[in-house]
Amino acid sequence: MTEAADTRTVVVERELPHPPEKIWRALTQGPLIEEWLMKNDFEPVVDHRFKFSADWGSVDCQVMEVEPNKTLSYTWGAFGVGTVVTWTLTPTMTGTHLRMEHSGFAPDRPQNYQGAKYGWQKFLTNLEQVLARID
Amino acid sequence: MQAASDTLFRTLADPTRRALFERLCRDGEQTVWMLTGDSGVSQPAVSKHLGVLKLAGLVQDRREGRETHYSAQPKALAPLIDWMSHYGAFWRERFDRLDSLLNRMDQ
Repeated sequence: MTEAADTRTVVVERELPHPPEKIWRALTQGPLIEEWLMKNDFEPVVDHRFKFSADWGSVDCQVMEVEPNKTLSYTWGAFGVGTVVTWTLTPTMTGTHLRMEHSGFAPDRPQNYQGAKYGWQKFLTNLEQVLARID
Repeated sequence: MQAASDTLFRTLADPTRRALFERLCRDGEQTVWMLTGDSGVSQPAVSKHLGVLKLAGLVQDRREGRETHYSAQPKALAPLIDWMSHYGAFWRERFDRLDSLLNRMDQ
């Protein structure tokens, strides 16, 4: 199997009627990030380790790349699976094209499965509730 | 694939089975007797749960004399990892919130 078939990527893109500088603030200032994503102790500094936290658990992250108003990427470690989130901002005539790529979901990396660690418990409890609603 | 996911999710949706699976992930191979110890569940119930976990491929058993030893097979969690890649819905919802925040922010 090729690498491409083995790992999965989620991409979400949107045209926003705002300048890149403004979107960059929403992506990199802790209190603003909290308003749309999750509680965090993010700093736009390469190698900075931080956490996103929500009622279902937390995500362990580390900043990989910071290019103001252009690119931001960080690792995203949740449920024992290490993935990468990359934001790309491209100016357009009417604002900004914002692209988010969440990559590295690999179904066959045994070292990523950490059993009880990494909030599996909470995640599976939520899953249980979802299943209960489906029934 | 769908059937395999259903079996896996239903198997893990039970808190007792999940606790047994997590213990095997954490502590390695165990006998039914060892697993019954502090599970708060009777030995026949533990055996029954282990049978369900085995059907879902989450545990493997090995007989040695009169004892059966169980070990976790975390690779069977693959459909769950696949399912998590449906993060798309999560991000789309967050994009909506970002959009609304940007409309509220000063330039």
